Amino acid sequence: MYSLTAYIEGIGLLGPGFTDWPSSQAVLVGQQPYQPHKTVLPSPASLPSAERRRSGAIVKLTLATGLEAVSGAGLDAASLPSVFSSSSSDGENCHAICEMLASDDRQISPTRFHNSVHNAAAGYWSIATGAMTASSVLGAFDASFGAGLLEAVTQVVADHTRIVFLACDTAYPEPLYSTRPVPDALGIALVLAPQHSAQARARITVSLTDASADRFDDTALESLRIAIPAARGMPLLRGIALRQDKRVVLDYLDSARLAVAVALC
Amino acid sequence: MTSPLLAQSALKPLLLSHFTTTSCIGRGLEQTLAALREGRTGLAPCAFDTVNLATFVGEVTGVDAVQLPAHLTDFDCRNNRLAFLGLMQDGFAGAVRAAIEKYGAQRIGVFLGTSTSGILQTELAYRRRDKVSGALPADFIYGATHNTFSVADFTRHYFGLTGPAVVVSSACSSSAKVFSSARRMMATGLIDAAVVGGVDTLCLTTLYGFSSLGLTSEQACRPFDAQRNGLSIGEAAAFALLERPPEQLDADAVLLLGIGESSDAYHMSSPHPEGLGARLAMQGALKMAGLQSTDIDYINLHGTATPTNDAAECKAVQHVFGPRTPCSSTKGATGHTLGAAGGVEAVICALVLQHGLLPAGVNTRQLDPALDLDYLLDNREQPAAHVISNSFGFGGTNCSLIFGRAN
Repeated sequence: MYSLTAYIEGIGLLGPGFTDWPSSQAVLVGQQPYQPHKTVLPSPASLPSAERRRSGAIVKLTLATGLEAVSGAGLDAASLPSVFSSSSSDGENCHAICEMLASDDRQISPTRFHNSVHNAAAGYWSIATGAMTASSVLGAFDASFGAGLLEAVTQVVADHTRIVFLACDTAYPEPLYSTRPVPDALGIALVLAPQHSAQARARITVSLTDASADRFDDTALESLRIAIPAARGMPLLRGIALRQDKRVVLDYLDSARLAVAVALC
Repeated sequence: MTSPLLAQSALKPLLLSHFTTTSCIGRGLEQTLAALREGRTGLAPCAFDTVNLATFVGEVTGVDAVQLPAHLTDFDCRNNRLAFLGLMQDGFAGAVRAAIEKYGAQRIGVFLGTSTSGILQTELAYRRRDKVSGALPADFIYGATHNTFSVADFTRHYFGLTGPAVVVSSACSSSAKVFSSARRMMATGLIDAAVVGGVDTLCLTTLYGFSSLGLTSEQACRPFDAQRNGLSIGEAAAFALLERPPEQLDADAVLLLGIGESSDAYHMSSPHPEGLGARLAMQGALKMAGLQSTDIDYINLHGTATPTNDAAECKAVQHVFGPRTPCSSTKGATGHTLGAAGGVEAVICALVLQHGLLPAGVNTRQLDPALDLDYLLDNREQPAAHVISNSFGFGGTNCSLIFGRAN
């Protein structure tokens, strides 16, 4: 079985009941109760004012989690290639466009249109950080976290480069919510490196598996894992927070899951 | 650690063992090549759906009549119908089945690009909302149609592929970048072959969206023309099967030799005015291919015919290649097929290599004197050993691909 190894140097997390990675670990390992509250998205101070005004939820989420991971690793975001993965682009923006296109006035605004692309967050990220590096912008419905992680570790191994991986999803409003019930925003960001270094926190070895994905015993955490595509990566974060060598299985496609061997550094 | 801007390692060439494209200039390779030889455009005044815009589009005829296999009707939408139509051309589906026999269904990845996927399905559903509750109609299936992943999910289910699968959606670079994702995954040994390509179809979001930005022309687009004033949106499907090359190759075999990727970090909907990101992408592709700029015989430009794209791309090309490398944009023929453009133009590059035909940029009448390049206004019959294709997109995403003949 082919496996891919990378070192996690930085972690970012923002979601319902999670405000950052350091304060989330006690909840993930069960030392503190999980108390969901609506995700609070910070204003993206790193963007120029014009872009800041135009940025939607997915941009704010991406910048907050990505910058947490990169600063945690002590790196400059401009130096890192990136992998972005999400089930879809900004749901509120998509709803507003579809509503206008079904009306008599179809003149959607330029900002609405350029925010509608799946790579809007990647574009704003490069503007905010000055990163002229390659970025892969992916979508795989509920497999988005797994597809993004696989792409990221593949890039680390094939190109022997550090990378920032960002999996972010935001809420869909009605009437789309009834067809795609993503209730809130959640983002996970990881800085991955090809070699061990002083800032490495864990080594992960990723391979495809037929095994079933890990679930949370806590029902609220488990419903979160299922409800937001990016949250399918939460068992990996729990594995790291447990601070012991552990094998976790993450959701991916109907035909395969990802086995991730987590080893502390 | 290598420089982050040029972190890509040298590429072991990959074989495009089969490829096909379907756009407004034709279904499959034969019709596409004939259209290029004749200098024919597929652009026509927009009569799509209820769109009321003075613009030209490259609509593929017969998409509405395509029927998906009965067990895959959940995926039914314009984008997957065009995907299916594209897969049926040039024996491509048979080639994928043969690859499954050879490698196994779990050893073949699916990497497809799209910008808007099946969003048309949602646009249409919003016209049929329940008047009281506002709910979308019960027959609307978001995940299998509108969602970004839909076309890759449809394709893997159609073939029964069980390996890695993903959609790349970085606007108009999407189906160029799929080659990069596939290349890396093949390099790690996780897969032995990859179905790559792109599919994008006409929808109101892009037609009205590009119009709101003032980027669509009221005429058929004229890349690099002094009078160019915007793009024409098209739709297309393009597919290639990537495999590791065998020891013995036909002289005509087409190889993927280099990929360069970059970001502008400049603006969401305007390219860097000096073409800085575009320059990095082309330089990255040359470096990975181990080629000099003088080795390139033809450049398939991004060439959207917007004033800013063509000016910025010209500066970038001049910086990397100087003004003498033959080049053209084929978007005057196909229209800008957005997330499918990289795939379509990769296939056109393969035809250029196999047939020694450097295609003229159709619709362009008088070259912009400010754009000093060897831009082809007439077809040139000339052998080409190495060609490069540029694909750039919203959000400042850039990708250049280099292809070469085996001999």
